[in-house]
Formats: sequence, C-alpha cells, structure tokens
Amino acid sequence: MSEAAVIDTPQPAEEREKVIEVRDLVTHYGPREILHSVSLDVYAGEILVIMGGSGSGKTTMLNTLLGLVRPTSGYVRLLGEDLNAIDDVARTKLRQKMGVAFQGGALFTSMNVLQNIMLPLREHTTLDETTMQIMARLKMEVVSLSGFDNLMPAELSGGMIKRAAFARAVVMDPRILFCDEPSAGLDPVVASAIDDLIIDLRDAMGMSIVVVTHELESAFKIADRICVLDRGNILMAGTVAEVKASDNERIQNLLNRRTEEEILDPDEYLRRLTEVKD
Amino acid sequence: MSDRVSDNLERVGRAAIAGVSEVGFGAVLFAQSIFWTLIGHKRAQPVRLKIVFERCMEVGIAAVPIVTMMSITIGMMLAIQGIYTLSTFGAEQQVTIGVGISVVREFGPLITGILVAGRTGSSLAARIGTMRINQEVDALEVMGVNPVRFIVTPALIAMVVMVPVLTFWADLVMLAGAGWYISVELGISMGAYIESLREIIKVEDVTHGLGKSLLFGILITLVGVINGALVEGGAEGVGRMTTRSVVLAISAIIVTDMIFAFITTR
Repeated sequence: MSEAAVIDTPQPAEEREKVIEVRDLVTHYGPREILHSVSLDVYAGEILVIMGGSGSGKTTMLNTLLGLVRPTSGYVRLLGEDLNAIDDVARTKLRQKMGVAFQGGALFTSMNVLQNIMLPLREHTTLDETTMQIMARLKMEVVSLSGFDNLMPAELSGGMIKRAAFARAVVMDPRILFCDEPSAGLDPVVASAIDDLIIDLRDAMGMSIVVVTHELESAFKIADRICVLDRGNILMAGTVAEVKASDNERIQNLLNRRTEEEILDPDEYLRRLTEVKD
Repeated sequence: MSDRVSDNLERVGRAAIAGVSEVGFGAVLFAQSIFWTLIGHKRAQPVRLKIVFERCMEVGIAAVPIVTMMSITIGMMLAIQGIYTLSTFGAEQQVTIGVGISVVREFGPLITGILVAGRTGSSLAARIGTMRINQEVDALEVMGVNPVRFIVTPALIAMVVMVPVLTFWADLVMLAGAGWYISVELGISMGAYIESLREIIKVEDVTHGLGKSLLFGILITLVGVINGALVEGGAEGVGRMTTRSVVLAISAIIVTDMIFAFITTR
C-alpha cells in the first residue's frame, strides 16, 4: 500500500460540497513517476494550501489539477466533472468557472493591463466593450490596481504583475481560483498584501482557492487547510494547527527548514567522486 | 569503433524521428487551423478578425518598404546581368523576355518568401517561444481559449493572404526597376517595355508565382510556430529556435520552389 493511501486526507466532520476531488492520481514525466497515487478533496469556500519543498511535486500537482498535464491513472474532478473525460465544449465551459494566477503572472506582453484583464470576457461573453471595461476596472479596483489600465506588463513591478494576474483570474467570477506561488519573489510587505488579497477574494467572492506555495509564513496566514506534499506523496492534509502539531519527521523538517540528513556510504561516496563517464 | 558507429546511427535515427514528428506536428497545426477557421464560431471560439487584421498589417503592410527596396534592386540587377549576358550574342534587345518571365515565375515569389521568412517567420517563432516560457500559452489553455485558434490561425490566414499580395507587389516593383534600367541602358521607352511584357508574360506565369508564394506563406508560418512551440531553456532557447526557424523556413522555401517548378513544368 502506498504511503499516500496510508496518510490520506482527513475528511471534515460536516458534509460540505466538494469542488475538487482527486483520487489515486498518478502522474509521470517520461518514465519518472512524479505523483504516487494522490487523493485529496477541496471544499467550497475554503483556502487549501498545497505546500512542499522543491521537487515535492507541487507544480505537477497544480498542472494536473488544471488539466495541463494528463494523469497516468486516477482522476481529477472539478465541480463534479473530469477535465480529461469531457469533450472540448464542456471543457471550455468548465474552464470559465476556474481562474488561475500563474507564478510569473503570464500576462500577454502584447496587451496592456486592461486588455489582459478583459481577455476572458472578450473570449467568453457577448458583452459590449463598455461593459467589459467596467467589469475589468471593477476587478482592478479589487486588487488595488486602478488607474494602470494602459501600462504594458513590462512597465509593471513584480507585485503589480501578480495583482493584474489575480484580476484577470477573477474577472469571470470563477468558483475556483488557483494560485501558483503567489508571494514568491516579492518583498515581505508586498507578499503580505498579496496574502491579504487572497483572503479578501475568498471572503468577498466566496470562491474556493487552491494555493501552491513553499512560503511557510504565507501558508500559515491564508490556509484553512494545508496539504503537505513530499516526493510525490501527500504526507498529511489538515488545519494549520494540525500540521504544526504533526509528529511526522519530514513535516517537521519542512516546517523548521531542516534539510534531511543524507546517510552516506563512504565507498559509494568515493565511487561517485571518481566515476569516469564516457 | 563499433560503439561509435552505433552511437552515430542512433543519433541519425533520433534526428530522423524528431524530423518526422515535427512534420506531423506541422500537419496537425495546419489541420487544426482550418478546423478553427471553419468551425470556430459554432464552438463559441471564432477566429477574431481584429487579430487577423493586426497580423496582416505586421506581415504585409509593415513589410512593404523593405520588399519595395529589395525588389527595385533585384529588378535592376537582373536587367544588368541580362544585358551583359545577352550582349555576348548581340541580343540585348531580348532582355525583357528573360527578365519578365524570371521575375513573375521565380524571383518575385522567392525573394518575397525569403524576406518574409527572415522578418515575420523569425518574429512568430520568437513570440510563441516567449509566450511558452512566460506560461502565456498555458494561461490561454486554462482560460478555455484554444491556443491554435488564438495564435496560429490568425497568423496563418494573414500569411496566406498577404504573402501573395506582397509577391504581386514585388513582381510589379521588380519589373519597374528592371524597366527603368533597360530604358536608360538600351534606350527602349517604358511604353514599349510594358507592351513587350504584356506579350511575354502569360496569366499562367503570374498564377504560377502567386501559387508558390501561397505555399511559402503556409510553410513560413508552420516552421515558425513549430520552432516557437519547441523552445526550451529561456532566452537562449528562444534565440536558438528563432535562428533555426529562419534557416529551416528558407531551406523549405527553396526546396519547395524547386519541386513546384519541376512538377508544374512537366
């Protein structure tokens, strides 16, 4: 039995609507298995933080949830539908209920801020130009980016890019918002403001938010629940207090920023140093 | 020794497989572009005319100055070489025949194709490569916007429309450049030169050249998109694939030109 199956997501006592249901998910990159039979639920209106060190499988997990990576086995159901099992039209409709704020913003460099934020509206609605502009500006207001309509992405600071990405991600009022490393690379003040923004978005718009991050402070501040990923397995999923109180050594190593001790065999070490490759 | 041979064989095999898979990828992109052009509006994903016009401006209108300059120069060069060669036989007056036919059948489409490959093909590869690195392509995908419909199809339509238009313009300018030199050098009036061209150049010659240019437009787009989509490794990767895109597009144009000429003159 896999480790993930042993330490699975604890179900909350009350019955809440599941907006994301992940079951026995296995994902490969080439021959390498990245996620090993992962199962997880995300409930309506909660902020779930997927946390883990480098190489833990966070990004693969996010890409699989988004349908950018096809799982080898298992499934991901978003709002009850399996992205990989539905037709193109249904997938497009489902994607209109999701928003994604990418780590680097992924703003279109050939468009200004307003055009970037309006793009989902332009592509998926029949609203007139003025209404689309009003809706986009409302979201710019929410992320404190008013007045920057005509700036190009290259003219924005790191924090502004993230805010613009958030505005674009929520312009269609999605039910689920995904955020990839929202506070990475930002100074502590701006990072904290982004964390506040995530909480505000959940409170104001009632959306479910999945955040992938390795920033502990940020995770503890925003999370309703934390899912700890390690080497492609979910070590545990629980509230901040439950994760902090965990006696799992690897979780404690992650929380206390300790690297795992590598037990070296002297012969193996010597062989590695002296190995001659063709 | 045998290890080296087997390594080389393996390398050749891998390169061949990669080449075939790129051709297959190009065919899929082309088929998808036609699909989105015809069916897009029924799937609530129409190809946006505004984007097509923007691409047409980039591919066609913005290229007019360089195409005009090069075409005048090449037209004059053809006239200079033609007069010099024919003077050996004392047949300089026949230069119009060589210039007229070679411009509309060969030089117009070829030079325009090469210029567009260097200018627009490279920019397409760089744009798509950068979009891939910046996760803009992923962003389109998760927004429910098909990247082929949004990025590739408008570029392909613009190329299919504008490369033949540019080629026709290049034909006219090349012939004008050649005519100006011929009239100065041989004392033939422009009126007589144009009359002579009208007798020599047939509609089939023009359609032969424009047909080729349409193929070149498709090739340049697909080569640019494939190379852009294969970008890996940041800015260096973008630079590498952009260069590769230009080299491959020009090679593809020249090979296609030869095959097209061979088939259509049988």
